Amino acid sequence: MSATLAGTAPLTAERVAERLREKFPGAAVRPVTGEAMRDVGIEVSADRLVEIATFLRDEREFEFAFLSWIAGVDWLPAEPRFEVVYGLLSLAHNARLNLRVRVPEENPRLPSVVAVWPTANWHERETYDFYGIEFTGHPDLRRILLPEDWVGWPLRKDSPLGYEEVAFTHNTPGRRLPSPDLTRLKPKKVTYRAQ
Amino acid sequence: MTESKTPNPYRPLVPSGAPEVPPVSDALEPISEEQRMREEVERGVLFTSVGSMVNWAVNQSRANAIWPLGFGLACCAIEMMAIAGPRFDISRFGAEVFRGSPRQADLMIVAGRVSVKMAPVLRQLYDQMPSPKYVISMGACASCGGIFNNYAILQGVDKIVPVDVYVPGCPPRPEALIHGIMKLQEKILASPVEVGTLTFRPRRKKGVA
Amino acid sequence: MTLNMGPQHPSTHGVLRVALELDGETVVRCQPIIGYLHTGMEKQAEYKTYTQSIPQTDRMDYLSPLSNNLALCLAAEKLLGIEPPPRVQAIRVLLTELTRISSHCVWLGTHAIDIGAMTVFWYCFREREKVLSIYDQVCGARMTASYFRVGGLASDIPAGLLDRCQKFVDEMPAHVDEYEKLLTRNPIWLARTKDVAPLSARYAVALGASGPVLRGSGVSWDLRKAQPYSGYEQYQFDVPVGTVGDAYDRYQVRVQEMRQSTRIANQAIAKVREYGESGDYRLRDYKYVLPPKEEVKTSMEALIHHFKIVAHGFFPPKGEAYQAVEAPKGELGFYFISDGTPRPWRMKVRSPSFVNLQTLPTMVEGRLVADVIAAIGSIDIVLGEVDR
Repeated sequence: MSATLAGTAPLTAERVAERLREKFPGAAVRPVTGEAMRDVGIEVSADRLVEIATFLRDEREFEFAFLSWIAGVDWLPAEPRFEVVYGLLSLAHNARLNLRVRVPEENPRLPSVVAVWPTANWHERETYDFYGIEFTGHPDLRRILLPEDWVGWPLRKDSPLGYEEVAFTHNTPGRRLPSPDLTRLKPKKVTYRAQ
Repeated sequence: MTESKTPNPYRPLVPSGAPEVPPVSDALEPISEEQRMREEVERGVLFTSVGSMVNWAVNQSRANAIWPLGFGLACCAIEMMAIAGPRFDISRFGAEVFRGSPRQADLMIVAGRVSVKMAPVLRQLYDQMPSPKYVISMGACASCGGIFNNYAILQGVDKIVPVDVYVPGCPPRPEALIHGIMKLQEKILASPVEVGTLTFRPRRKKGVA
Repeated sequence: MTLNMGPQHPSTHGVLRVALELDGETVVRCQPIIGYLHTGMEKQAEYKTYTQSIPQTDRMDYLSPLSNNLALCLAAEKLLGIEPPPRVQAIRVLLTELTRISSHCVWLGTHAIDIGAMTVFWYCFREREKVLSIYDQVCGARMTASYFRVGGLASDIPAGLLDRCQKFVDEMPAHVDEYEKLLTRNPIWLARTKDVAPLSARYAVALGASGPVLRGSGVSWDLRKAQPYSGYEQYQFDVPVGTVGDAYDRYQVRVQEMRQSTRIANQAIAKVREYGESGDYRLRDYKYVLPPKEEVKTSMEALIHHFKIVAHGFFPPKGEAYQAVEAPKGELGFYFISDGTPRPWRMKVRSPSFVNLQTLPTMVEGRLVADVIAAIGSIDIVLGEVDR
């Protein structure tokens, strides 16, 4: 939701794209719209990410000084495979923006925005932990939620859920079915200690 | 006081005067076992068996003073804190001292989901507890993985430690956990005690504490 | 000296591990290590429908389960483009504010008992038991309620609930007075929390803190006022803001929030009574929301909708939505990416405790080791939310 202060027009993706294109000519900037895309979204490319992030943070019209969240997305089988979405919040103008970057599978690397928003430290570690996307320039990139020696990137679409089969009579080998003789299935009368 | 229908099995206490001394007679009149025991009791002697003594000294003491380790992992921990609270008072069972260190605790209530990262820590804590030690698996996640059947959660804490009592629920009500602790108390009271080379097995008597 | 405040510790509010490097009693470096309660909820949500993920959210911030349910339901409703009827919104606000009171009660009780004030723990849990009885009456479970559904509630509120809530709301301010009488001007409490674990406003915003941690540092930002949801713009309440950003300010912010929550709950009860003690508890949009049972038994379309929604789940449009609520701990948000199927393609949870915990090193480095306990207590973390 982008509620605004009285008098200012609500933030739109086109406005942000326009300002970004005039400030960074040649950068690939694309507003993301769609029927059920309920937030303001801008897609940028990875090479100018840090500059664009700094601009969005410092520019008086936007002032996105608060990085709320970073989410990794796996779009298997689409190419490029991964996407990293930065959820930005402007406290001064009461607006939200989703900044999106596509990351290819062969080289899953992105520049880190820790210098722009220090809170990105743990968010990027979490995205690395789940998807294996490396953030260059991150001071301490290692696993955060899973054990340090875990192998694999669990939230990728080709990683399994790790579901353990629950043992029922139909899938446990060698298990005998209970006798159909109902008297033997009668519940045993239990006497409790304190009578 | 009205005359009661059944004869009073106890000898009346003499209010004043010399205490009544049972007559020492040489005649061997038949006297029932119960009568004889009652006479002995009044002389201040009580007969029991070594097994019951040992049971009282060891098992009852253990059962009535189980000191849990403060090992709350997730949501079940809050219900575990609630039994320490004023409404469901676990102090009645002698178990309100939640020890911080495993070396001083008897009971580990695994309250909450055990993740794969936490499992070696849990095993280390269990190993650090001195015998006799008991484990209550509280809640569905500790018993069998609960609603989380995925890569990150251990499907039941009994994969790494032996469990004495399972308490189902998500989370189990504090009354349910107290019921689980009472079941553990029963289990402790029924467990054999080894004194040297002798093993005392408690006799299962209904209704006797 | 390196000291490990291990995952099992009486004061870490769950399985948090803090690696401290000490020089005598002074903390040189502090590094929280998390992940001991990682549950894989985000991965699991990709295999469940939206409604099936609601019980998972109860287990995230398990001190305020209805807040988490609300966040998920609002995010799903934003994605679908629907809004529940105003009576439902008022009931949601009422229960969420009671949740906030109960969460702050646990926070105060455990924070006080870590610092040494044991009496407050018993008193706070006594109040919490009353809120839990209300939960029990409303949905059957004491803690993990899962009462909200996408488009409404699981069932209508039972008779007598509003009177019970009113009784609780009437007597709560006296209890908050009791807590304040014990703590606010207590010299020991002041010595342990005043100027302890300070966080300046600049650092708070840079580190992404939200909720009472951000407000305690002087930034007046509350999502209920700035980006209202579920009808919060109709209620009158104040937002307490601190000045210095130390543990005492955060304590004051939360205690005043308890009072404001009582105020909001009072207004919400009046509003629900106005709409009717029993009535519509779900939106009548059967494409996404279950129809009421009476209609299922009489109308053919309602039956088919019911069957489709229960057997398969509702089909949201292809798109994305992020919705945040002001949970007792801070900004709790859910980001859904939908590919048109009943199971979300991605569910991302923006949990406040995960981000707020990042402020711990800034708060305690250079301070005494006893302040670490006060700092962890004053940030108010719940490990279920941190690790998800």
